[in-house]
Amino acid sequence: MRPSAVRLLNILVPVKRTVDYAVKIRVNPDQKGVDLNVKHSMNPFDEIAVEEAVRLRERLKDEVKSIKVVTIGPTKAAETLRTALAIGADSAIHIEVPESAPAPEPLGVAKALRAVIEREKEGVDLVIMGKQAIDDDAGQTGQMLAGLMDWAQATFASKLVVDPKKKEAEVTREIDGGLQELKCRLPLVVTTDLRLNEPRYASLPNIMKAKKKPIEKLTPAELGVDLKPILETIKVTEPPKRVGGGKVENVDQLIAKLKEAGITPVKS
Amino acid sequence: MVSRLASRHFSRTAVASSDVRPTSLDVFTEEEQMLRESVRRFAEDVVAPKVREMDENEMMDPEIIKALFEQGLMGIETSADHGGSESSFTSAIIVIEELARVDPSVSVMCDVHNTLVNTVIRTHGTQEQKDKWLPLLAQTTLGSFCLSEPASGSDAFALQTRAKKDGDHWILNGTKMWITNSYEADIFLIFANVDPSKGYKGITCFLATKDMGIKIAKKEQKLGIRASSTCSLAFDDLRIPAENIIGGEGKGYKIAIEILNEGRIGIAAQMLGLAQGAFDKAVPYTFQRSQFGKPVGTFQGLAFQQAQAAVELEAARLLTYNAARRKEEGRDFVREAAIAKYAASQVAQRVSGAAIEWTGGIGFTRETGIEKYWRDSKIGAIYEGTSNIQLQTIAKFIQKQYS
Repeated sequence: MRPSAVRLLNILVPVKRTVDYAVKIRVNPDQKGVDLNVKHSMNPFDEIAVEEAVRLRERLKDEVKSIKVVTIGPTKAAETLRTALAIGADSAIHIEVPESAPAPEPLGVAKALRAVIEREKEGVDLVIMGKQAIDDDAGQTGQMLAGLMDWAQATFASKLVVDPKKKEAEVTREIDGGLQELKCRLPLVVTTDLRLNEPRYASLPNIMKAKKKPIEKLTPAELGVDLKPILETIKVTEPPKRVGGGKVENVDQLIAKLKEAGITPVKS
Repeated sequence: MVSRLASRHFSRTAVASSDVRPTSLDVFTEEEQMLRESVRRFAEDVVAPKVREMDENEMMDPEIIKALFEQGLMGIETSADHGGSESSFTSAIIVIEELARVDPSVSVMCDVHNTLVNTVIRTHGTQEQKDKWLPLLAQTTLGSFCLSEPASGSDAFALQTRAKKDGDHWILNGTKMWITNSYEADIFLIFANVDPSKGYKGITCFLATKDMGIKIAKKEQKLGIRASSTCSLAFDDLRIPAENIIGGEGKGYKIAIEILNEGRIGIAAQMLGLAQGAFDKAVPYTFQRSQFGKPVGTFQGLAFQQAQAAVELEAARLLTYNAARRKEEGRDFVREAAIAKYAASQVAQRVSGAAIEWTGGIGFTRETGIEKYWRDSKIGAIYEGTSNIQLQTIAKFIQKQYS
């Protein structure tokens, strides 16, 4: 768990293979899940994370020693790793689980990531990951990982500046009130928000180079981690269908309609 | 009496060795799949917003050309040593298809540059020529392939551009017509005859750069693929160094014939992408537009038309990719390339036309871009070998096999 000596950064980017953002989601008849027989791709926030790691290297050059990506999933999840390698990661770890295994939960993922970090001989200085996955929208894994590692965390990052010499990072976070600027000490967990960057398209030469980059295969057992779910999904339903609205001619009509709907004025 | 003639001849199917199990025809490698996804996103994000403007202005946006180079899409089969992507022929076909789904003009620019210009130099160039020209073509400079003339299209080898030797240079005089990419290109492969008395055996391939004195005589205004520049070129005592002859004197005929066979598969891919793009744009609309109380796509008549289009698309797809695989495997592919190009161009016309009809008035206006596919599709039956020429090629194979 020690960060690497001197000033070189080892970056870990966890990625998740999720249902593609453009797919029209259909709830299964058993109401326990959604139809997964559809197009999958890398979680968009994770793409932003990989892109940010590659951009850090473009800015800091030799000061970034390695960019490693990791995923937990069945055999097909390796495609996501290859995409990350094609965008510019150096190597990958595939924690393989059976196709029939239930989807891992944030705490399980965080524990697995901790195990990965602890076995990295060169250590890990910076974890950049998506703020949430678009399938479960949990938004917990980054925070849990920082807690387990006793590391600093800077979530919903819209800007990231790293100084490897000082072992510090400045992160701008998007919060409800506006933008918050944090100065953090490495090692650090950063979770990405939409406006951090716009991911590049994997160029053909990089896709060809990705073929030769190594993917290490591990199992949860080898990491000493149990990914059995502790949550049970009781029901999944579609959001209620939108009912039509109405048009009003003036403010008086608006107030009348609001009163009809049972909305009362707030007493100040 | 049943004729036995048909059975005695060679078969075009091949037998797999015993330890290799052949796969179905729509199987791709992981890299090819990744490439398809990447180019598709690139085309949708970067090219799509500019398609209408480029079509209305009849001008290719230089930013698009630059972006294609940056993505490594202009040196697809070129080796990494020469700055290329060192990828396969099928990868090039995938790129051409995915670009055509969004804009057949951008697709043909990439197709001609890769399958005609790059391949000729890669296949027939000397080491010096490859070292000099391939990196430029892969990274910065657009190429153009100049064969057709006002008096020679299908009868390509009746070309009249003459080359006369002058010391260590050649002087070219003549006109080329219908030349794709020529407005933006800086590298030109020009076919000229060095000795008309030898007929087609005098035809030679010359590599010229624009600054040697190539003049754009006229930029055509076209029905379709309007953003792809199509110009007439004039060579007025154009001086080309002798070291720029590709493949040797008199070898131009062979070079052109061979390369056009490959290029055919590229055009098939362009037409396939076009048809698929039109289909993908029109069909979702038919499930949103309701008339008589239900989406128009759920009426059986229209649904059957969509099914027929899907049949044609599937056929064109398999023909195109099988021809590409045959070429990659070093098997004969001339007949299959002609079949793929002919079929895909016909399918493109029919499916893009149907797409307009399914979407009705909206399909007829220029706003949605559906009518553009139909206009763009017409050229498929004309360039890189007209449909009649393709049929003649296929007929020759039939005659060889059955008579």
